[in-house]
Amino acid sequence: MNLDRDFVLGLYRKLVLIREFEERVKFLFLEGTMPGTIHQCQGQEATAVGVCAALGASDYITSTFRGHGHALAKGLSVQEMLDELFGASTGCCKGKGGSMHVGNMAKGMVPGIAIVAGGIPLAAGMALAFKMRKTGQVVACFFGDGAVAEGAFHEGVNMAAIWDLPVIFVCENNLYGASTRIDKVMKNPKVSDRAASYGFRGETVDGNDVIAVYEAATKAAAECRAGKGPVLLELLTYRRTGHSRRDACHYQAKTEKEAWFSRDPIDRFATQLLGRGDIAIADLEAIKAAVEKEIEDGVVNAKQAPHPTLADLTTDVLA
Amino acid sequence: MKRQGIAEALRDAITEEMTRDPSVFCIGEDIGVPGGWGGAFTVTLGLSEKFPGRIIDTPIAELGFTGIAVGAAMMGMRPIADVQYGDFLFLASDQLINNAAKMRYMSGGAITVPMVMRAPVGATGRGSQHAQSMERYFTGVPGLKVVAVSNAYDAKGMLKAAVRDDNPVLFFEHKLLYGSKGARAEPGAVDATSEIPEGDYTVPLDKAAVRREGNDVTLLGWLLMAHNSLAAAGTLGGEGIDAEVIDVRSLSPFDYETIGASVRKTGRVVIAEEGPKTGGVSAELAAGIAERFGKFLKEPVVRVASADVPVPFTPILENDYRPDAAKIAAAARKLIKG
Repeated sequence: MNLDRDFVLGLYRKLVLIREFEERVKFLFLEGTMPGTIHQCQGQEATAVGVCAALGASDYITSTFRGHGHALAKGLSVQEMLDELFGASTGCCKGKGGSMHVGNMAKGMVPGIAIVAGGIPLAAGMALAFKMRKTGQVVACFFGDGAVAEGAFHEGVNMAAIWDLPVIFVCENNLYGASTRIDKVMKNPKVSDRAASYGFRGETVDGNDVIAVYEAATKAAAECRAGKGPVLLELLTYRRTGHSRRDACHYQAKTEKEAWFSRDPIDRFATQLLGRGDIAIADLEAIKAAVEKEIEDGVVNAKQAPHPTLADLTTDVLA
Repeated sequence: MKRQGIAEALRDAITEEMTRDPSVFCIGEDIGVPGGWGGAFTVTLGLSEKFPGRIIDTPIAELGFTGIAVGAAMMGMRPIADVQYGDFLFLASDQLINNAAKMRYMSGGAITVPMVMRAPVGATGRGSQHAQSMERYFTGVPGLKVVAVSNAYDAKGMLKAAVRDDNPVLFFEHKLLYGSKGARAEPGAVDATSEIPEGDYTVPLDKAAVRREGNDVTLLGWLLMAHNSLAAAGTLGGEGIDAEVIDVRSLSPFDYETIGASVRKTGRVVIAEEGPKTGGVSAELAAGIAERFGKFLKEPVVRVASADVPVPFTPILENDYRPDAAKIAAAARKLIKG
């Protein structure tokens, strides 16, 4: 691994930030102070961090109902995220989006699209605009394995293929669409194989290895910028928490869970980093402490953040 | 000035807008194929030669290309998408309703989606699935503007206004009103030609149009029903009944100012709608009029709409399905004479 020390520590910080953010949000939700519902990404942090690290500030991502990790990875702040989840007017969508629709266009993230596969044609359309205007931008479109069964996947991916659009289709394959395992809904469970049937390149990557994800996404982004897009990246990963809210995941086999938990993306990356020789455990502990402080401060602020007034109900409908 | 039909006027509107603004492009099925039709009703005929790369033919994938239009619009392009038949909007509706119409609100006002979706509607000898009046399904969608054009002048001016609008605009056209020529000419077509002035003009997306002034009863219609209402008013005029005819034109939002001024004057309203009566646009319009102008009504609002059935194929039933001038006139006559 020849990557710059600050760069890899930055990746580690993002991984830990997402994990700690999600754990804190889960607590806030269960204690009853946070409204709404939540779909969390503990265990999948490396997909978001690896892909977004390969993108530039002017590149975009689209996300799903499980978008907290994508948002933090793309550069949204803890504060604007927590404020949004608490429904505050200082949130990234002024409290009108909520957990499933976090985003910030100024930071390159379309508000989460919570209809499964709904972001796929939309991302292709963004890429069409980039291509028509020759801007050199790319869009990374995150979706889960469940989205592959939707018609929107086929239609959007096919049009991206025939027009060589600069879009990286990022399938976070966590093996389950809600509670249904992929082997029940896919005859061929290798998602990346589908790219070949549309005439472009697909690749399956260890989604719990942040460097592997980063390298695959970097290559994909370069291909897109060179007019050789799209690319389908299938990132194999695992959700350590429920599909939503109080889901206890009884449908996940114990042996399967244990196998995946032993491949936790943060633990693995920490081991890699400590093996470099220029990073000590104290460095990692300091990062975790700083992240915890940032989140703690964020929660204190978010709980006091101003909420929209009733007059805001009818604003932002039309331009 | 030149006399044009709706198809030609729309083509000119698109040509002028694409010339004016490089971010405007067209996307849809069979719209730019050399040797093809220029869309199902010839609207984009010849434009792919004029605008290489900007008349984008898609696979048969209404959901997909609607989503592509939404995404492109979010990035500052101004797509004009179209479905060959309005019925296909059901396929496109997730992108139209869940993404195009809601994106601004969900983002707290950060996003604009300046796209147009054109859709031909109306019962025209094609059976049940290429015939529906789709307006009813989209008029109650916050964040989406909905208009319906009944003549060439409006078609051109409103399409130009729709392209320039920063919101998603659903633009309904009627198959019997296009005035398409040649192989795409429509049997039973109704003359919707207009004198089109030289030069640029727009027609607002939120204003109804008074087509005939009168004092005894207000006839409300749009698309083909604006024409049939006008014909009914002619009949009624011969009987001494002075009908005012309003082309509702803007279906979301309704222009209650223009409609209200007429209701205050006449106190009687007949709404003509092609499409099943139950749950139609006319239901919302009748309720809206009753809420706002109920005290001016001398009689309850009357609706003349289609039976609550799918659109039938056989001409004898299809002709009965579609409200004609005689039915509209009869409803107005009954309202006045009891």
